Amino acid sequence: MEAVVALALFALGALVMFDSARIGARWADDGPQAGYFPFYVGLILCAASAVTLFTDLRRSLARGHSFVSIGQLRLILKLLVPFAVFVVAVKPLGIYVASAVFIAYFMMRVGEFARWLTVVVPVGTVVLLFMMFERWFKVPLPKGPLESLLGLG
Amino acid sequence: MEQFASLAQGFAVAASPENFVLMLVGILLGVIIGVLPGLGGANGVAILLPLTFSMNPTSAIIMLSCIYWGALFGGAITSILFNIPGEPWSVATTFDGYPLAQQGHAGIALTSAFTASFVGALLAVLLITFMAPMVANFAVRFGPPEFFSVYLLTFCAFIGMNRGAALKTIASMTIGFALAAVGLDTVTGQLRLTFGFTEMLKGFDFLIAVIGLFGIGEILLTMEEGLSFRGGKAKLNLKVVFDTWRELPRYWATSLRSAAVGCLMGIVPGGATPASFMAYGVAKRFSPDAAHFGKGKVEGVVAPETAAHAAGTTALLPMMALGVPGSPTAAVLLGGLLVWGLQPGPLLFIEQKDFVWGLIASMYLGNIVGLFVVLSGVPLFAAILRIPFAIIAPVILIICAVGAYTVHSSIFDIYLMFGFGIVGYVFKKLNYPLAPLVLALVLGDRAEDAFRQSMLLSQGSLAIFFGSAIAGVLTTLATLLLVWPLLAALLTKVRGAAARS
Repeated sequence: MEAVVALALFALGALVMFDSARIGARWADDGPQAGYFPFYVGLILCAASAVTLFTDLRRSLARGHSFVSIGQLRLILKLLVPFAVFVVAVKPLGIYVASAVFIAYFMMRVGEFARWLTVVVPVGTVVLLFMMFERWFKVPLPKGPLESLLGLG
Repeated sequence: MEQFASLAQGFAVAASPENFVLMLVGILLGVIIGVLPGLGGANGVAILLPLTFSMNPTSAIIMLSCIYWGALFGGAITSILFNIPGEPWSVATTFDGYPLAQQGHAGIALTSAFTASFVGALLAVLLITFMAPMVANFAVRFGPPEFFSVYLLTFCAFIGMNRGAALKTIASMTIGFALAAVGLDTVTGQLRLTFGFTEMLKGFDFLIAVIGLFGIGEILLTMEEGLSFRGGKAKLNLKVVFDTWRELPRYWATSLRSAAVGCLMGIVPGGATPASFMAYGVAKRFSPDAAHFGKGKVEGVVAPETAAHAAGTTALLPMMALGVPGSPTAAVLLGGLLVWGLQPGPLLFIEQKDFVWGLIASMYLGNIVGLFVVLSGVPLFAAILRIPFAIIAPVILIICAVGAYTVHSSIFDIYLMFGFGIVGYVFKKLNYPLAPLVLALVLGDRAEDAFRQSMLLSQGSLAIFFGSAIAGVLTTLATLLLVWPLLAALLTKVRGAAARS
């Protein structure tokens, strides 16, 4: 994993250098051009990642410990996947509906909660959020079809 | 002593009823943020920042800085009661705080931690009160080259002080610089690193990065430990508080030393976290029975808490006087200043007297209020931790998403935050420090502008960075700090070789 990240950062650095070279990374008469700073930033990033990659390759031959265990990964994905769905759902559904579904789903997925709790907690949280943002602080959040149906949007 | 008159005026501003209420609300929110995993000073303030856009700047900064004090106080509660540091800077507090709690002395540990925080903050605010006008006078003489050398010093200090992971610090910082460069170049008007995407035109907002990197990343890390979030009971009665207070003056030397470490680390951008570890180490070295550290020693709680609070407070001084934040949270507050239309820097002290001294006065009041709120609220805050993590986790993620959205009312920012969250998790696992990334993202553009303006002044000669006494000293110091890890490594090698022969 260490190596993968180092490689990715190396690629990012190279990308930055490439784009900076396109708009001019030289030292003009009146000082640096627009791409001058980013170019060298990219170069340093590449160099630092290359060294990290190199030392890691040398070290990983001696060491067997892994980045994340399967059990840990499963736990994280249990939260991350529904969150990713939530992030995508904000646009079509509005943030309130998406939030309620996200909390309810996660509570059910984890289990150990009574059925009524998995309804009351999400709805309560969302109502509280709605009051706080739309009413007290007057900050409108993205809303979807349900809100316009209820005449709140 | 004109600062006394200014300070008195500041108290009048800060103590107005509505500001006082905001202060209370801020402290309460802050402690809750500090207690909950995944929400911390930096991203807590970042999430709540958009809510204050409509307030007047003085009230807004009073509330936000009180959230920050609250978070500093709150981190100690979970460290002591549950051995879970709510904040990175309270990791060192767990070393002795949790053993004390296990021995049944949770009350003593909590009271010591809160009081130590309070003392640390108070000493730091005193320092700010006396130094602020001086720093401001000094800073009036700053031009682009001087500003660039300050930025340079900030960046080099980060690389030099993170021993062991200098390469990762550099990598993290350069990513910040690269992200800061995205968008319209302010000098030539050219587009940089946008690759034809219109969403990237306005560049990356560091608030989004902070919320993703710190908030989402932290929740994922906590999730890794599983859902078993142990709750516990805690109560704090007055007798224990007074008994502990009677005992604490014995540790005055530890307090002073820790406060000194903290103040230094706050002004030189190091931040609260390294300060707390350093103070713990120093206290251990100076203590007559160092062997008892880590087994429940009150000094071991006092030292890191004093230093963390002192550093957290003094980090605001360079932020106000120079526009150079000493910590990620100070960086977020700096972003707030810009949004409210205040230009941080020496002129702030002349043109916005009410604002500056209102803030300084609120540091005094906020910490006094904070001390009472946390002492009386421990059972309440411990109860929050009894809410199952299965509910807390999605709620915090949603709050992060809402916070990211409200910065620019843009749904695209939620996607960005998600991406930053994954990056934050991976970076934390691999020990890439996140603070340099955030600081580079905030300061990158300004550093580059300062550099290019200096180049215009000097017609492309680098000698301008040694052209004035201030710039010369700062640049030299920065260079020294930058090569310090190399020098230190070289020294140990030479010494090792000498010892062998």
